[in-house]
Amino acid sequence: MARPTLALVGATVVTIAAVELLRRRTQAQGSARRFFAHPGGVWGLRVLMFFAVMAALAPLIAPYDPAAQPGIVTLQNAPPSWAHPLGTDAYSSDIWSRLIYGGRVSLGVALLATLVAMTVGVTIGAVAGYARGWIDAVLMRLVDIGLAVPRIFMLLLAVAYWNRIPLTLLVLLLGLTGWFTTSRLVRAEALSLRGRPFVDAARALGASPARVLIRHLLPAALAPIIVSAVLSVGNVMLLEAGLSFLGFGVQPPTPSWGTMVADGQAQLALAPWTSFFPGLTIAIVVMSWNAVGDALRDAFDPRPEHA
Amino acid sequence: MSETAATPPPVLSIRDLKTYFVTGAGTARAVDGVSLDLRPGETLGIVGESGSGKTVTSLSILRLIPEPPGHIMPGSLIEFEGRNLLTLSPAELRAVRGNQIAMVFQEPMSSLNPVFTVGDQIAEVARVHLGLSKPEAWIRAVDMLNQVGVPDADARAYEYPHQLSGGTCQRVMIAMALMCRPKILIADEPTTALDVTVQAQILELLEKTQADMGMAVMLITHDLGIVAGAADRVVVMYAGQVVETSATRDLFAAPLHPYTAGLLASVPRLESGRGVLKGIPGSVPPATDWPPGCRFHPRCPHAWDRCRTEEPPLLSGPRPGQSARCWLVQEPARRKPPAP
Repeated sequence: MARPTLALVGATVVTIAAVELLRRRTQAQGSARRFFAHPGGVWGLRVLMFFAVMAALAPLIAPYDPAAQPGIVTLQNAPPSWAHPLGTDAYSSDIWSRLIYGGRVSLGVALLATLVAMTVGVTIGAVAGYARGWIDAVLMRLVDIGLAVPRIFMLLLAVAYWNRIPLTLLVLLLGLTGWFTTSRLVRAEALSLRGRPFVDAARALGASPARVLIRHLLPAALAPIIVSAVLSVGNVMLLEAGLSFLGFGVQPPTPSWGTMVADGQAQLALAPWTSFFPGLTIAIVVMSWNAVGDALRDAFDPRPEHA
Repeated sequence: MSETAATPPPVLSIRDLKTYFVTGAGTARAVDGVSLDLRPGETLGIVGESGSGKTVTSLSILRLIPEPPGHIMPGSLIEFEGRNLLTLSPAELRAVRGNQIAMVFQEPMSSLNPVFTVGDQIAEVARVHLGLSKPEAWIRAVDMLNQVGVPDADARAYEYPHQLSGGTCQRVMIAMALMCRPKILIADEPTTALDVTVQAQILELLEKTQADMGMAVMLITHDLGIVAGAADRVVVMYAGQVVETSATRDLFAAPLHPYTAGLLASVPRLESGRGVLKGIPGSVPPATDWPPGCRFHPRCPHAWDRCRTEEPPLLSGPRPGQSARCWLVQEPARRKPPAP
């Protein structure tokens, strides 16, 4: 018991120290200062950092093997205790340990899926906004179609093809259904930026379209891209949890927060903690992503009321 | 410098350039049959009001016109070193842009990318055209900053455009333009956005580097004072056409075209004392709807019937290299004495 507890305390200290260090390091930059003036954003950052450290150091922090079923009869659905701080589930696995390992999957899937979505969305949006004309028209109609179909339907439709969907495929699917709004946003940025004199100046100096896009348009459009990425991570986490809850997402015994909620569903009256703690974690982490996203938005776009 | 009989072949020849913009209100003939020559080592001033087509002409040279709505019409020719720039492939054109023909724009602050340091942006040109590595390009960038007279260039190179003054930003733009020692520098209103004292410094810098590098400069401006001080020859543009060409000295001494005369009369002069400045009545007509005959006739004090129906060609004037798009060149007797 001593080692995991020590590791947990260590993780908390590391989290707080890392956020503090980041604050000190970026003091000189206006946008970073505005971010750290945002209490919600700072708390969100701490929570996310905490879960990230936990996920990274899961084997050190988790007191038990998340898949171990030490006493399928004696320890089934045990309420929280000193030995099992968040109780055990129907298979007698330790919920706290599963929660820590589940963070790896839930956070990892959400981050990678967002990365996929951002890559596709930024590329398509930038190309459409810079090229204009028929390329723009075709790409944006594609986006319109993508936005007209509810994302969860698209996902369910795609996921239904597999009995047990591989994790990488789930990541790809979540990513490929999530780039539409991003590409619109980036297209709008590219359209407004391409009319700026520095873009003409770059072209006059012999920059190729690819160079103008990558060197001149994207960096200037970075702020809205980052905000939209951060906000979309929370969204993807919810989607993954929803899919996993329905049994279409992450497959047991791999723990993800969504599957954990689903696992507890059958004995909700008998052992509410089996669903409650993963559900609470999802809520807190998604709220943190949104808080960080909001704080970033305010930090990048200083309007008078925040000044 | 000299406009003697043995003129060297031009570095840049524009023949019958037509740049039209297709808009909802009709086709705007922004540049409509412009021909001009830029000779090696000279400074050619291009003068005209807003809407006269001088900026569109300069943008057309490097094909920086937004297409659509802009179109450079077939039959136009922009010859540089024996090649028509209008028929080059995009890659060939990029090898000319910034390398052999460079441009400096009106708004130095907004012509620089706000998210990169100025050193980075100057170095980029060296990496694109000269193929230098990052550290080599940076050394060149600092070197160029020194050459264009930015004090403390080592430190300035690490700064962002918003940390610098307008004059320094324009020096940075000039450093970028001169990086590859271009044969032609097109400067589109390079000093309009700057303070008067800084204007003089920038013009001086352009003159000095031109002498060092022996490049030809196309100086686009609406300011006759700048032309008088900096240009060897002048092209006056009105309504998308060249209306007068001459050596700077002749232009100020004896303008042929009434539009040129009107521009000169609207500049305040110390020696004429106080009084009401004479402007040119009216304004440049919309490019979608040029008047028939001579395009200047509705605003011209000398206009007679012929001007309303027949469009004058560029007619050679009495002095060498001087020509004007005006029937008065043929019928000087019709020129009315200036109003008191």
